[in-house]
This record gives sequence, structure tokens and C-alpha cells, in this order.
Amino acid sequence: MRLWILIVAAVILSSISLFLGATNITPTDLLDFSSDEAEIFYISRIPRLVAIILAGMGMSIAGLIMQSLSRNKFVSPTTAGTLDAAKLGILISMLFFAGASYTQQIIFSFAFALIGTLVFMQILNRIKFKDAIFIPLIGIMYGNILSSITVFFAYENDLLQNIDAWLMGDFSLIIKGRYELLYVSIPVLIIAYIYANRFTVAGMGEDFAKNLGVRYKFVLNLGLVLVALISTTVVLTVGVIPFLGLIVPNLVSIFKGDNLAKTLPHTAVLGVVFLLACDIIGRVIIYPYEIPINLTVGVIGSAIFLIMLFRGRAYAK
Amino acid sequence: MIQVKELSKFFGKKAVVDNVSVTIETGKITSFIGPNGAGKSTLLSMVSRLLNADTGEVLLDTNDIRRIKSDDFAKRVSILKQSNFMNVRLTIRELVSFGRYPYSKGRLSEEDIKFVDQALDYMNLTDMQDQFLDELSGGQRQRAFIAMVIAQDTDYVLLDEPLNNLDMKHSVQIMKILRKLVDELGKTVIIVLHDINFASVYSDRIVALKDGRVIKEGPTNDIINSDALKQIYDMDIPVQEQNGCRICVYFNSH
Repeated sequence: MRLWILIVAAVILSSISLFLGATNITPTDLLDFSSDEAEIFYISRIPRLVAIILAGMGMSIAGLIMQSLSRNKFVSPTTAGTLDAAKLGILISMLFFAGASYTQQIIFSFAFALIGTLVFMQILNRIKFKDAIFIPLIGIMYGNILSSITVFFAYENDLLQNIDAWLMGDFSLIIKGRYELLYVSIPVLIIAYIYANRFTVAGMGEDFAKNLGVRYKFVLNLGLVLVALISTTVVLTVGVIPFLGLIVPNLVSIFKGDNLAKTLPHTAVLGVVFLLACDIIGRVIIYPYEIPINLTVGVIGSAIFLIMLFRGRAYAK
Repeated sequence: MIQVKELSKFFGKKAVVDNVSVTIETGKITSFIGPNGAGKSTLLSMVSRLLNADTGEVLLDTNDIRRIKSDDFAKRVSILKQSNFMNVRLTIRELVSFGRYPYSKGRLSEEDIKFVDQALDYMNLTDMQDQFLDELSGGQRQRAFIAMVIAQDTDYVLLDEPLNNLDMKHSVQIMKILRKLVDELGKTVIIVLHDINFASVYSDRIVALKDGRVIKEGPTNDIINSDALKQIYDMDIPVQEQNGCRICVYFNSH
């Protein structure tokens, strides 16, 4: 798995993504800035591409950090309640502050995602039976509990449709002015890269980290903050994208191992390639209409996940 | 020199380590032995700062170890603990390189790379340095971790039951390496051992613990005799001399 091949694939898929859609746009249209085609290109196509790239990188790296810190290959924002906690946060902000501003939603969603993940890590600490499959099952159950609380209060307060909108990861609604929050993931990714070695060391366990003079608790908490930040921004702009943070880091790990300093770039770019491919498939299959991204990623992702489960038990033990 | 002074650790009300004072001599192998639950591992964890003591102190030379910066401490004292779920996919070389983390923070200098190469060479791992840890046998993995500690280049090397899950051949191999670390590289090794005969054959000094207290302490030959062993293990253990080694024949004792 060479980095440059992944980058070339990402570039090719990006250009397909830019020129694919109900309105036929050719590169020459773009020369005329006042044309409708150019406008669509700048208001819709480019933001969509940027959103896919940032979300793809972000969710994959978030998954990678979580798998390293929890020392479990199957833990990710989807299987540890992070995304469900973020949704609950948005709901609470809407319930308690009538017409909550975007900023309030962000703060609440972030706080809940962080606390939700911390609680999961605490549960993890107390479980003696650390089976590779058992842990994410606990995480999924925990996420479903959070989710059911969200749905209950949303139902009571006639907010169910809003909830559905976040449940549904969808890039078709991304236009200029509605995705910029995702840029938060850029500094987050830079910090993740700077701390890559410390995450790897922390992933070898507390005793191992302490032996090398690494402040384990600090690195752990930093990692969880980064994960919560990425998850929040993605849920608020795109919605839930399942499996991404689970599959991509695992595919890279099989080939390249778990040294984050080495695998982080691969993971980020493969995340982009995977998400772009799923998005393009979703846009082609019932052209000119499209299938939301969480459906395509869900179907393709769960298939890959199952293959990994059956073939990879030995690898993930 | 490491001096342990009146060290205690309580889990709940029970003192797991109870007012222990011990001096570790440099340039020697010191083994901690004793029955299960004697507090050997807990003591080792406190000496290596993995656990905080409830009372008492540990002095490295003349400094209280709690006052030493974690970077500096990691350059003086290393600890290997047995970890049951090591499923991280690192290559041997990557693992050994992390031994240089206290010095390099992950950006290896020329000098760091030299240390890593030497450590791999010393442990005969150069040929297999690009293999992943999860593809190795228990003995190879243990050697990789010891190579990491060698690269870490600390004066003191602490090991918690390094022979666990190893067969006889690999156990002997690991103990010979530890002996070499002391005799050739001048390290000080402190080791928690279950097998009393490995302690007898390879260590210079033995600290025997029981119920959280030091019950016997001294040069190996002062400890490996039937009288002392009776006090430590409550067993009548005949000791036989074989090629200059004292072997405890405990298998049919009572």
C-alpha cells in the first residue's frame, strides 16, 4: 500500500467528483465566472469535495487514535458511543435553549461527545474480559442506549425529523456556508501527527508509556479531545458516517502495522479515497438522483467489516 | 545505588508491601523471590515509579525518585512488565527505536540509530528486525523487549517475571543475556523470579519477601540453603550442589 498510489487515486476520484452531477459541467464552463455552471461549481461541487476530504481524513484518524488508545482494533467513534453522544448533545442544546445557535450546538455536541467517550473508556477499564469482539459490542450497546434516550426526547418534543437528519450522513446538502466547521479538523490532524509517537507509545499500555517517560494520562485525554472534536464537526455538518473510522485504520494496519507516525498519512488518504468512492457510487447508481452517503458507506463498509471479522480474528486478537 | 526506605503500599486495609527497606547494589543481579502475594511485583512497580508508595521513599543515588523528571528517570531506570495483550503491530526495529524515546522524542538522531543497531545486534535480532511483534514466538518477543531496554541505555534494568510463558531453552537464553548485561555492560538488574533455581544460578543477591516484608536478604549463597528456604516458603527443601550451582529440589518436598 504505497502512499503515492493512494494520493493519485484520491486526485482522480476528486476530479470525477467535481464534474459529476445533475448539471453537466465541463472545465471550459469554469472560465466564464458568471455562468450558472461556474456558480454551481463554486457553491456546491467544491464545498462538497472539500467536505468529503476533511470528513474522510477526520473520521479515519479519529478511529485510528481510538483504536490505539483503547488497544482494541474494533473501537471507533461508531462503536464507542461517541457519535451517539454527540447527537444527544445537539438535542439537549435544542431542548434547553429555544432556537439554539450553531455555536451552542457545537459546544454541547462536543461536550457530550467527549464525556460520552470518556465514560466508554471508563467502562473499558473496568471490564476484565478484554475480547476483541466483546468490547465493541459493549460500545454499540452503550451507543444504542444513548441513541434511544435521544430518540425518546426528540419524539416527545416533535424533533424526530431533525434527529433523522443527523442520523443520515449526507453530502448532497453541503453547500458554501454549511461545511466550514469541518476546517476544525485540519489543526486537529496536525496535532494528531505531532503526537503520533506518543499515541503509539500510549497504545502499548500505561506501564510501557511510563517506562519511556511519556505522560500517559495526558496523551490519553488529548486523544479523546481530538476524537470528540472531529466527531462533533462531522456530525454537525455531514451527519453520521458509519464504519469509516473502523475499516480504514484496520486496512492500513494489516499492511503497514500500528506505528502511527508511519501509518497516519496512509490512513488519512485512504479515508478520503474510500469516502470519495462511496460518494461517487451513491451519485451514479440512481443518477440523476442520489443515495445518501451513510447508506453506501454502510453497505460497503459492513461487507468489508464482516470480511475482516471472519478473516481477521487472529490478527485482531 | 537504589535505596528503598520504609516503603509501604496498602490495597484497602491490607499492606501488600509492609515497611520494606532494602539497598540494591550496583553492577549486580538482584532477584526478588517469595511465595505468591508476597509483594514482589508491587515493590518492583514502586521502585520503577509505576505505582506510588503510600509511605516511605525510594532513593536513586541520593534523590527521591518522585522528584526526578520523568524524562530523566526514563534515562536511568527502565522496567519491563509482563503484558498479556500485546497485540500492537510494530516491527522489532520500531519497538527497539521507541527505547530511544526519552532521548529523541521520536526523531532519531544518528546516535540514536547507532544505539538501536547495536541493541538489535546484541540480541541477535538484526536479521529479523522488520518482522511484526505479533508474528514472533514468546521467546523472540521477549528478546525484542530486552533489546528495547538495551537501546534505552539505562543504568538500572528492572524486569517483572521475564520468564513467564517461556520454555526452558528460552528461559536460559534470557537469563544468560541478563547476566551479560551485568558482566559486560555494567548494568544493574533487578528481577522478580518465580523459579528459585534460576534465582540461585544467575543472581548475585537475593531479596526474599513474604507477606509484604523482607524476610531474608543477602548474597545468593546465604539464602539458598534449607534453613533460609524453610523460613521463606514453609517447605523442607533439600539443596544440592551441581557443578558449582546450588539447586533446590523442591518437587517432592512438604
